[in-house]
Amino acid sequence: MPEQARRVTTEVAGSDWLRALPPATRFILHGDAEARRRAATVWGIAGAEDPLRAEVAADRASLWLGPDEYLLLDSGAAAGSDAHAADLALRLDAAMGTVPHALVDVSHRQTAIEVHGLHAAAILNGACPLDLDISRCPVGYCTRTVFAKADIVLWRTGEQSFHVEVWRSFSDYVTGLLAVIAQDYYPGP
Amino acid sequence: MTAQRTEQGGRIDRSKPVTFSFDGRLYSGFVGDTLASALLANGVHLVGRSFKYHRPRGILAAGSEEPNGLVAVRRDAARVTPNLRVTQVELYDGLVATSQNRWPSLERDFGRVNDLLSRFFPAGFYYKTFMWPRSAWKNFYEPIIRRAAGLGDAPTEADPDRYSQRYAHCDVLVIGAGPAGLAAALAAANSGARVILCDEQTEFGGSLLSDTQAEIEGSSGRDWTRQTVAILAQNPRVTLLPRTTAFGYFPHNFLGLNERLTDHLERPDPRLARERLWQVRAGAVVLATGAIERPLVFPGNDRPGILLAGAARTYLNRYGVRVGTRAVLVTADDMGYQAALDLQAAGVEIAAIADLRTNPGGALPAAARAAGVPIHSSATVLGTSGDLRVESIDIGRVDADGRVTLTERVSCDVVLMSGGYNPSVHLFSQSRGKLGWSDALKAFVPQQSAECERSAGASRGIFGLAAALDDGYAAGAAAAPQPTLEHRRFEVKATATASEAYLGALPEGPTPAKDKAFVDWQHDVTTRDLALATREGFRSIEHVKRYTTTGMATDQGKTSNLNALAIVAKSLGVPVPQVGLTSFRMPYTPTSFGSFAGTSRGDLFDPLRKTPIHAWAEAQGAVFEPVGLWMRARYFPKNGEDMHAAVARECLAVRNQCGIFDASTLGKIEVVGGGAAEFLNRLYINSWTYLGVGRSRYGILCRDDGFIYDDGVVARTAPDRFHVTTTTGGAPRVLAMMEDYRQTEWADLEVWLTSTTEQWAVIAVQGPESRRVLATLVEDADISAGALAHMAIVRGRICGVPLLLFRVSFSGELGFEVNVPADYGRAVWEAIYAAGQAFGMTAYGTETMHVLRAEKGYIIVGQDTDGTMTPDDAGLSWAIGKTKPDFVGKRSLQRASMTAPTRKQLVGLRTRDPKLVLEEGAQVAASAGQTPPMALLGHVTSSYFSAVLGHSIALAVVSGGRARVGQTLYVPMPGGDIPVEVTTPVFYDPTGARINA
Repeated sequence: MPEQARRVTTEVAGSDWLRALPPATRFILHGDAEARRRAATVWGIAGAEDPLRAEVAADRASLWLGPDEYLLLDSGAAAGSDAHAADLALRLDAAMGTVPHALVDVSHRQTAIEVHGLHAAAILNGACPLDLDISRCPVGYCTRTVFAKADIVLWRTGEQSFHVEVWRSFSDYVTGLLAVIAQDYYPGP
Repeated sequence: MTAQRTEQGGRIDRSKPVTFSFDGRLYSGFVGDTLASALLANGVHLVGRSFKYHRPRGILAAGSEEPNGLVAVRRDAARVTPNLRVTQVELYDGLVATSQNRWPSLERDFGRVNDLLSRFFPAGFYYKTFMWPRSAWKNFYEPIIRRAAGLGDAPTEADPDRYSQRYAHCDVLVIGAGPAGLAAALAAANSGARVILCDEQTEFGGSLLSDTQAEIEGSSGRDWTRQTVAILAQNPRVTLLPRTTAFGYFPHNFLGLNERLTDHLERPDPRLARERLWQVRAGAVVLATGAIERPLVFPGNDRPGILLAGAARTYLNRYGVRVGTRAVLVTADDMGYQAALDLQAAGVEIAAIADLRTNPGGALPAAARAAGVPIHSSATVLGTSGDLRVESIDIGRVDADGRVTLTERVSCDVVLMSGGYNPSVHLFSQSRGKLGWSDALKAFVPQQSAECERSAGASRGIFGLAAALDDGYAAGAAAAPQPTLEHRRFEVKATATASEAYLGALPEGPTPAKDKAFVDWQHDVTTRDLALATREGFRSIEHVKRYTTTGMATDQGKTSNLNALAIVAKSLGVPVPQVGLTSFRMPYTPTSFGSFAGTSRGDLFDPLRKTPIHAWAEAQGAVFEPVGLWMRARYFPKNGEDMHAAVARECLAVRNQCGIFDASTLGKIEVVGGGAAEFLNRLYINSWTYLGVGRSRYGILCRDDGFIYDDGVVARTAPDRFHVTTTTGGAPRVLAMMEDYRQTEWADLEVWLTSTTEQWAVIAVQGPESRRVLATLVEDADISAGALAHMAIVRGRICGVPLLLFRVSFSGELGFEVNVPADYGRAVWEAIYAAGQAFGMTAYGTETMHVLRAEKGYIIVGQDTDGTMTPDDAGLSWAIGKTKPDFVGKRSLQRASMTAPTRKQLVGLRTRDPKLVLEEGAQVAASAGQTPPMALLGHVTSSYFSAVLGHSIALAVVSGGRARVGQTLYVPMPGGDIPVEVTTPVFYDPTGARINA
């Protein structure tokens, strides 16, 4: 009987302004309003349909990525477990009934980091061309965007904190670039 | 205290003296000086040699328009910046600057011979002279011209500095922080707008920095500037960017700003970025870029000591420097008088004023007259003298009937020129705004905006302090998203100035002047060059510009363009606006490459994508190769093997025992929905309707032109769910193509796409022993030959984690692809590798994968296909779903030319010499002994030595190839024709017994 395989996520060193986020359960949900309404009941959220906004309830979040596409995140204590992910997938599928939809587990596809602190927006603007002023990008704002040559999902979780989802093989690039950019604000010793 | 430094005044810090070197000589200056002001304070005017004639040149201006004073500043071997304008180099202790374009020294320059031979270097000289013989261009003319033509030398070492970049957004971007810009920023900020205010200079204030008399709202101009900047600095919605040049105006109010962060520092903190590129998206832009004083065109107008009057005033009032001891002013407007009066008050003798106007009146000329300065009206200049510095000027007089006579030769050591002001419309023009001609100003001014942009103050011809402030405030208020209704009139005390101007060359004397009259200082273009160009038939200013190179230097003709236009217009006998205006190009001033490169260098130039198994391969000593953005293990050398030996060993291991290969980079797309099968039917050439759940099929995707675009195995994991794989490099473009068709063509289908490339780690286990290896690890799935046939898939568990197992083979052996969630990839790989050791398992890389598939005749899209191969060309017509009504590319494949028997078809080639490996890309010919031009049938696409077969193999595309099997063809190479036998592309196990084991 072979040993249970260990889960190894991409490694990110934390710092004054950067935090590696623990493994999460992630789904991409495609479907119409009815599919999203049903998913919301499982996810424990109201199921608002505001474009470019995340909806949060406890450890769960639903990020609007497009008119028929949502990123469902679960970052609870069990989030690293595949059994938990499989269970959530079953419950979501069950809730859907015959409503057309596509639910795809992408828990391992991407990793997440948090950029935080007084200069969080400025650091991200080092390679992300969006307007991150709080008036245009309020807390709860989320979008798929670019960070230099990488695609990311950017989610403002606080006035001075951003949750960044990045495909795993782009993680070194994004964190490496962030570290160079952050030297403008945290020059180090 | 140096001789030319005033006793007091200016904005330099006299408590902080600094020492600097120019061309190896040490000089002193103060913090707050530019290199230009410090050199002038030391009595140095000579700063460069001109581009073409190598004439000695002095400082002409005080701002970024300076055409002559180009220097290299050196910190160390890697930090040498050429072509910096002396007027923009801020002084620090220990600064080392050298002049350019001279040899052996600035004072004695060998290239000066060009000036004496100048009648042999007319406009268009290069075009006329270096045409013949043609062969001489490459080896003789071009190297010499390149050496002679350069301005400055590029550094030879890699740039060690860091360059930062930043995107920014604002409601109002104000460019230029003179009176108009400051007022605009104030107005926009007062309305609550987000404002960015930038200025290319060290300090904000613009013309107020050079003015000692102006008063605004009861404060001196300089105090008002300080107070205004302080108010703006306190506003968190305002970003102030001094030392920041707006160099480019791109569509939709996207602007490039270059902020210089450390060049002015004596010992910059190495952690700081040298420059920061701001890419700003502005809701509205206020261009308050001011105006540039226009020089006058007369013979000998380029001698050191001859400079713009406004610049002389700036050097005096801002830097405390007298530009000379005895000055002559040549002027077309009252602003020149202001400079002369300021200089006189500072102790400079004004020997004469040559006023081009017939009857100069007004307060300033009266004041000059009262001060006893001789004023020549209706004046012109017939020449100057002096070698490395101006020594005298010949003032002439133009009679009422246009006759010119010499009036007086006046000795002097400095000549001030004032020809009026050109509104600085460069950025406006870059924004595609339309310029209009102003007869009053004799200049082009902004007329019609193309962007949400407005010009304010002198940049649109609104001269005078009060008018500029009011205009700037109104522009800032109107540009804000919530425009303020407030109108503001600034209480101003300033000397009123007429805004008159002179355009073109000054009237010449009865005999042609011996000396040249320069129009473009930096590119050495004279009135004669322009006259020659029009004589030779050039009419369009764009053609004249290219022929004479006027306005094409690094200064973009800031001081020369309008005079050039006027001279061309006069010689063609048409009004100036009819000649038109050349376009202004970015950058406004030269911008460093480092700034554009920013962080895109070294390992961060591109994302380097690595699989979850990368670190294991690295630890095993794998040699990697880039595939798209991915780094893939190419082979795993053992004990000093070369690639050939390692690949032969890896290949035999897979054929005889088993191998393990990281296939995680394969693109994966989850296609889900009730319409998924139909969606794939419409896209792929294959039919998917009857593919059962738990089965997979090799799919081929064409473009609508019928040529192969991508391939990969597609598995049906549920009735409404397909797991599509693509090539490594093709994943993004296949997903994009699918989304395009899904969203724009087939919105009727209920189907959605999700990229899962990185969700899965894919471990290929291939070889006769592969089933036995996996049997020790796989749970909850029957992988026996009876239960899991070739191309079947099954879910299960491996090492306690979820498994999606494909029985597929790209090697021709019994094979599997283990898919596990990516975070488990490394652990599962190691478990399989460990279990495989008992069965002789060997890790292999992409090179072995290539050989194995070539032995089986499997194509690689992009290697054996080139974007002009149909499925039939590649021998894959069996895959086409014959009964399907349509698929992408179907109609194209029915065209006659797409089915011609002479099309290039995929075949195998065998060399007679079994050891000889053909070169990929080599051509294939029907007969031996041909000489170019040959009749060629096709080319070699893949070629390897096959260890298992003991001879070389090659795939090729050959015209009518399948009908030629058995024929001998020839591969012409430099060493002679290589005879090859045409075979089918399948070299190994043609019956497929091994794969189905």
